[in-house]
Amino acid sequence: MIEPIVSFHDVHKSFGDVKVLKGIDLDIRPAEKVAIIGPSGSGKTTIIRMLMTLEEPTSGDIIVNGTNLWKMEKKGKLVRANEKHLRAVRGDIGMVFQHFNLFPHMTILENCMTAPLHVKKEGKEAVKQRSLEMLERVGLSDKVDQYPSQLSGGQKQRVAMARALVMRPKIMLFDEVTSALDPELVAEVLQVIRDIAKNDDMAMILVTHEMDFALDIADKVLFLDEGVIAEQGTAREVIEHSNNERLQEFLHRFRA
Amino acid sequence: MVHINAIIEIFPDLAKGLTITITVLIGAAFFGYLFAFIAGLCRMSSNVFLRKFTGFYVEIFRGTSLIVQLFWLYYAIPMLFGIELGSNWWAGVIAIALNYGAYMSEIVRGSILAVANGQSEAATALNMSRFQRMRLVIFPQAIRMMLPEFGNYSIQMLKATSLVSLIGMEDILYHGNIIRSTNLSQAPTVYLLVLLFYFILALPLIFLTRKMEAFSKKGVASG
Repeated sequence: MIEPIVSFHDVHKSFGDVKVLKGIDLDIRPAEKVAIIGPSGSGKTTIIRMLMTLEEPTSGDIIVNGTNLWKMEKKGKLVRANEKHLRAVRGDIGMVFQHFNLFPHMTILENCMTAPLHVKKEGKEAVKQRSLEMLERVGLSDKVDQYPSQLSGGQKQRVAMARALVMRPKIMLFDEVTSALDPELVAEVLQVIRDIAKNDDMAMILVTHEMDFALDIADKVLFLDEGVIAEQGTAREVIEHSNNERLQEFLHRFRA
Repeated sequence: MVHINAIIEIFPDLAKGLTITITVLIGAAFFGYLFAFIAGLCRMSSNVFLRKFTGFYVEIFRGTSLIVQLFWLYYAIPMLFGIELGSNWWAGVIAIALNYGAYMSEIVRGSILAVANGQSEAATALNMSRFQRMRLVIFPQAIRMMLPEFGNYSIQMLKATSLVSLIGMEDILYHGNIIRSTNLSQAPTVYLLVLLFYFILALPLIFLTRKMEAFSKKGVASG
């Protein structure tokens, strides 16, 4: 059995009095494509935000590459991770956001080049080369010198993917990346994700409402409901053979 | 009445005050921006003492009159505490800088807070350190919001420099007052010229502010 690249062990998360996640256990193996589906407010996004260190779990452990993400050892005791520890562990993780979050003061090319240059301290020529390759891959070679405000939503999201890919993550997180797009722009973004899923061997976690798409590319589908993983399995198992009523109801609403 | 001859006579006398007005402005602007950044960043610090202390400074200096602050620095503090700022130039510069620094610190703080949270999150997702997030992502966007405001405050600082004539500095207004007191009938000509001097000095600042506004519009629209 291959060791998981990401594991959640009994992870809980509350915002104030609101318990969003009530015990998540989860293993993701290298190169595995996982789709998280479920009703709004079920905590899907919170799962990947904790993995990206944007949100701290209330309790439980998240293990990335064998290292505890949110806790570190200090004088033989486990204590809350500091910034340095978080940076060391999250280096293999990349994320694409619902609202793109491109850097508006940088050109498309600069958006892609900044992190490899400053975070990984790579050489400028190599970074530029790789950024241009990635931008070509997402079909935006002709936009490299433009600013994000000059792009459509779909184009922005493709830049965001190129920007994440240039960092060569082993785990890519997609947070409802098509939810903020006009309907006619969704397909071009999904096409890029499909391409990444097929040709790259990184693990992917997709939080999505694009049900057919998720079921198409995912090795594993998780149905999150009321803060727990209510159902999981291959797409076929989850869609066709689950007896979970809430899941059937949820799918039915999407199929209607 | 305003006479051409009088203008020709008065003009060179007023021009003697230019050096003081301009050097006080440059000094006050330099330290003003410096205080603004220090105070603005301190007010966002996680250190409670630092936050409260700078909050206290900002409210005191925003809430009291600049002239009184100037007199405190020049007359009262040296007597009370034996702290000499060196000269009336320094007293003027530091008073204006502290006062406008307090106002502008709010602009620094507000601009940094106004950069969308998603920007910091995207930078975190690219594994930037806290310092890199600030330097590469937040600050360049915040500064675009600050610049036009800084331009406006620079013009206000120029006008505020005229207060240093009250602590015996020989700036444009000081020379104007001298001329008027020796030749009362020239008052309209003198003060018209004084206004003109300040306006001409303000022109490059107005122009610069416009430039900065145009620069700011580029590249801050939501990404």
